[in-house]
Amino acid sequence: MRVPVGWLAEYVDVPAGTTVEDLDTAFVRLGLEVEEIHRPEPVTGPLVVGRVLEIEELAGFKKPIRYTQVDVGEAQPRGIVCGARNFAVGDTVVVALPGAVLPGGFEIAARTTYDHVSDGMICSVRELGIGDDHAGILVLGTDGDDVPAPGTDAGSIVGLGDVVIELAVTPDRGYCLSMRGIAREMGTGLAAPWRDPGAVTPPAWSGEPAWDVTVADPARCDRFSMLAMEGLDPTAPSPWWMRRRLAQAAVRSISLAVDVTNYVMLELGQPMHAFDRDAVTGPITVRLAREGEKLTTLDGTTRKLTSDDLLITDESGPIGMAAVMGGASTEIGDGTTAVLLEAAHWEPTGVARTARRHRLPSEAAKRFERGVDPEMTVVALARAAELLAEYGGARVVGGVVDIDTRGPRPTIELDAAKPARVAGVPYTAAQVVELLGAVGCAVDASGNPLVVTPPTWRPDLTDPADLVEEVIRLAGIDDIPSILPTAPPGRGLTDAQRRRRSVGRTLAEAGYVEAPSYPFVGLPVLDALALPDDDPRRQAVLVRNPLSEEEPALRTTLLPGLLATLARNLSRGQRDLALFEHGAVFPGSDRRPAPVPGAESRPDDETLAAVLGAVPAQPWHVAVALAGNRELRGWWGPGRPANWADAVEAARLVAAAAGVELTVRAGELAPWHPGRCAELLVDGRVVGHAGELHPRVCAALDLPARTSVMELDVDALPPAAVPVGPTISAFPPVLLDLALVVGDDVPAAEVAEALRQGAGELLESLRLFDVYTGPPVPAGSRSLAYALTLRAPDRTLTSEEATAVRDAALAAAAERTGAELRG
Amino acid sequence: MSGANDPYDPKQVAALSPEALDEAVTAAEKAFAQAGDLEALAAVRPAHLGDRAPVLLARRELGALPPAARSDAGKRVNAARQAVTEAYETRLAELEAQRDARVLAEERVDVTLAWDRTPRGARHPITTLMERIGDVFVGMGYEVAEGPELEAEWLNFDALNIGRDHPARTMMDTFFIAPEDSGLVLRTHTSPVQARTMLSRTPPIYIVAPGRTYRTDELDATHTPVFHQVEGLAVDRGLTMAHLRGTLDHLARSLFGADAVTRWRPSYFPFTEPSAEFDVWFPEHRDGPRWVEWGGCGMVNPRVLIACGIDPDEYSGFAFGMGIERALQFRSGVGDMRDIVEGDVRFTRSFGVEQ
Repeated sequence: MRVPVGWLAEYVDVPAGTTVEDLDTAFVRLGLEVEEIHRPEPVTGPLVVGRVLEIEELAGFKKPIRYTQVDVGEAQPRGIVCGARNFAVGDTVVVALPGAVLPGGFEIAARTTYDHVSDGMICSVRELGIGDDHAGILVLGTDGDDVPAPGTDAGSIVGLGDVVIELAVTPDRGYCLSMRGIAREMGTGLAAPWRDPGAVTPPAWSGEPAWDVTVADPARCDRFSMLAMEGLDPTAPSPWWMRRRLAQAAVRSISLAVDVTNYVMLELGQPMHAFDRDAVTGPITVRLAREGEKLTTLDGTTRKLTSDDLLITDESGPIGMAAVMGGASTEIGDGTTAVLLEAAHWEPTGVARTARRHRLPSEAAKRFERGVDPEMTVVALARAAELLAEYGGARVVGGVVDIDTRGPRPTIELDAAKPARVAGVPYTAAQVVELLGAVGCAVDASGNPLVVTPPTWRPDLTDPADLVEEVIRLAGIDDIPSILPTAPPGRGLTDAQRRRRSVGRTLAEAGYVEAPSYPFVGLPVLDALALPDDDPRRQAVLVRNPLSEEEPALRTTLLPGLLATLARNLSRGQRDLALFEHGAVFPGSDRRPAPVPGAESRPDDETLAAVLGAVPAQPWHVAVALAGNRELRGWWGPGRPANWADAVEAARLVAAAAGVELTVRAGELAPWHPGRCAELLVDGRVVGHAGELHPRVCAALDLPARTSVMELDVDALPPAAVPVGPTISAFPPVLLDLALVVGDDVPAAEVAEALRQGAGELLESLRLFDVYTGPPVPAGSRSLAYALTLRAPDRTLTSEEATAVRDAALAAAAERTGAELRG
Repeated sequence: MSGANDPYDPKQVAALSPEALDEAVTAAEKAFAQAGDLEALAAVRPAHLGDRAPVLLARRELGALPPAARSDAGKRVNAARQAVTEAYETRLAELEAQRDARVLAEERVDVTLAWDRTPRGARHPITTLMERIGDVFVGMGYEVAEGPELEAEWLNFDALNIGRDHPARTMMDTFFIAPEDSGLVLRTHTSPVQARTMLSRTPPIYIVAPGRTYRTDELDATHTPVFHQVEGLAVDRGLTMAHLRGTLDHLARSLFGADAVTRWRPSYFPFTEPSAEFDVWFPEHRDGPRWVEWGGCGMVNPRVLIACGIDPDEYSGFAFGMGIERALQFRSGVGDMRDIVEGDVRFTRSFGVEQ
């Protein structure tokens, strides 16, 4: 809502000395957020009212040019050259005389142009910096109008310097989408006297009602009012002040009849519509549309209607989409002399549905959705009739149509002490009554609870809590004191929360940089990852209204986003990258729709279970991606390229941080290299994969060769057991190195496991320290060298004991993996 | 010089004369002083302190002396031996110190060489800021609650008093999930966690819920369709807006310094009544101390309590929420939202593992 300060001052006695900043503060305190303050650029120097005396058409130039004589209140008229043609002899215009400086630093001087001396400039709205209308020059009035005398200072007349304050109005306060509502708020906010432009008694029009009207659906329209006017001068322009205010409110000026309806809407908050009466055929019925019925609206679009759309119809069919937009067939045209003015009160949620269905967030719909004062229909008709009579020569014919089926106004019982209880501020009952009165409520304070009748323009006030809010708001919400409550003792973070933090911190400390990405993916990237057709990761949840049609799905794996981030960093000149991401993924599956029950009470357990059960599980994954060197080259020597082993090690780090034991074995899964893919298991269950990307995937995604990745389902990890402290032996260890020759296809992990099993309890630790292939190790085999530490908890091992352990370990390795001691 | 096996030769006894001893000591001192390094010192040591060194040989002569002379001569011999030993040890210490100084000098390295062999990792500042806020509340006894990002429409809207045709619903710029009747959305705020918590627990409830949220805004310098909020909820007997303010002021001080406070403006959220937006006074702002818009708050709307099965006559509650990106932007002076979301390692590394 754009509020011109000059217009506001018409209703509110703004105290002298009030600055725009004071108004800003007052609006904010009232909960009307100031989005922007529009201050026109200053105009300096002589700017006066002029009257056109003569017009000489100059020929022979590329465009038509006029040389005019303009009375600017001096002894002699001034000769002024002008390129616009929208004015006639006798019109009153705004003239910038030499010495004036217009917005943009445009200095006016007498100069010769088109072979004539132009002694000033006739200004357009745009040149004055007060609007975007550049169709021609600004005509304040024509001959015979009540216009200011030539020579009068024009600055104040055209509203130069009139600041416009743009407010963001919250959806509960539709009444603030009108000057009437804003005036009430500011009257209260500034503690200043104010006048309600809606507090007028309409004239008692006599005669037959203007039209035959039936409201077939009173539930969607509880008041419908109409007035007919004839004798409208279709050429009569809207007065300058009205166009000016419409421009300030960012409403386009169209014609007098349309401008008047828009102006009254801005003034009183009552959206209106004007029909060309001669185009309306037969009685009007307000009814729901029939499925498939069509209406061409004012914007020229033909709309297919549903049985939930409310219409204004005549014998020809639909002539308007109630509360949202009028129809083209009855539009006010250049020759319209008779109009039917309509002002009605429509049920808000129905308006919201129609506006949303047809994507028509019109100014009218915006107000009706948020609630309009049903008292205003006839007042608005009277105000519009007054303006059309004054500026268009129209006169009311017949009586008013006013079909009013509203029920009694509800009341709210409010414990007078409740606002104090909610705010923690000791408001008195008298204060509560006074503040509710300022809102416009009628308060019966003869007892407690108070019986409050909210004003007709506040349909949002339905509960005691709403009244409490109004009291606190007007008393000053920023005056609420600050008291820290005492929560009951908490239990800290959950194990799962600690685990997530620990996983992230561990990876970061190991050199990985966290890179969260958007969870939106396209199907082509799943192809690039070479996921088979039946891969569950292709079962994606789809967004109905994605930001980009290329990425309509939610991620089922972290890899697409993480690899995109990797590529972005590479494209920005990074070479050596280790990234990680952790977050939810969204596996798709066949689901039942989530019910949407009412919210008047807690849903029954079964419904609630259905709501919660329809929300798919969204497991928390962690992934890493590596490219370039994992260890940089430097003065210590060459760098070490990141490889599959780093990716697997990342999984081991995650498992260690999570306090679970990870098993690794060879796996095969897209998008990994089939020979360099590790399957990650915990308690025998596959929880993820790690290794090098398939070369084709690297190529498809334009990633460096040997890019390595790991992805693991953190939520699939079992809870960590409480660690049991080991017994530390102080007896000396026996250190053994064993080099074993095994077949190439025997995983090192199996050899280690066999050694461990064979060695038994005296084995304290075992570590692979070398892998060797080449002579003298036979082709097809490799040598694995392990360092074993043996130790007993209670004694020094004898060499016989150590030998026995060694032999047992070797025997187990030989038996289970065919390993032979390297000679 | 006397032989070891010749203790009774009177000539040998002359070795015990003060002159002889002095001469031995002087010779030893000279030899040690002339030794230029530890090897040379080791080489001359046997001649002066070895078994056949004069002072040790002299000691063997003592037995040959008459008892009356023995004591006097013994003292002389011991003194001489001690003098030689001291001379040796002094020189040894000197030479060791010299050697150590030389070796340590030789072993000098350029300690300014950086061992940046493995590049530094980092956590994203949004993550760490959410944790930090969570920790402030955990310190007050709150629990950290979570909810799904892909959420039931009923929990994201209806349960929070945002009915199907409520204007606030269209203002939320929601991502809807296919098919049309799925009843699912990408949550537009962390507030459904409130509803989930109230539906599953009984008061007193004190929770904070950080998480990722979605709205259909295009990414630009000030907007991102995927962002983060922290939501707080307290439901207990006798809670007032003053308690809400105390809580927010405490959070402001924890994050923005001891001088930070909040300023409230009336506002509207369907799930709170009364509602306010709050600004925070941030003394450390890079453009100078100022008020910064931060979040929304209010008393839980009794309709929401009812929808979640809590009796509004017995309990009251407050709720608040704030944007993490926004807090990061002003707390750390981040001008462009895109830097927060694009995952450029240069941005994230600058924040380290904690912040």
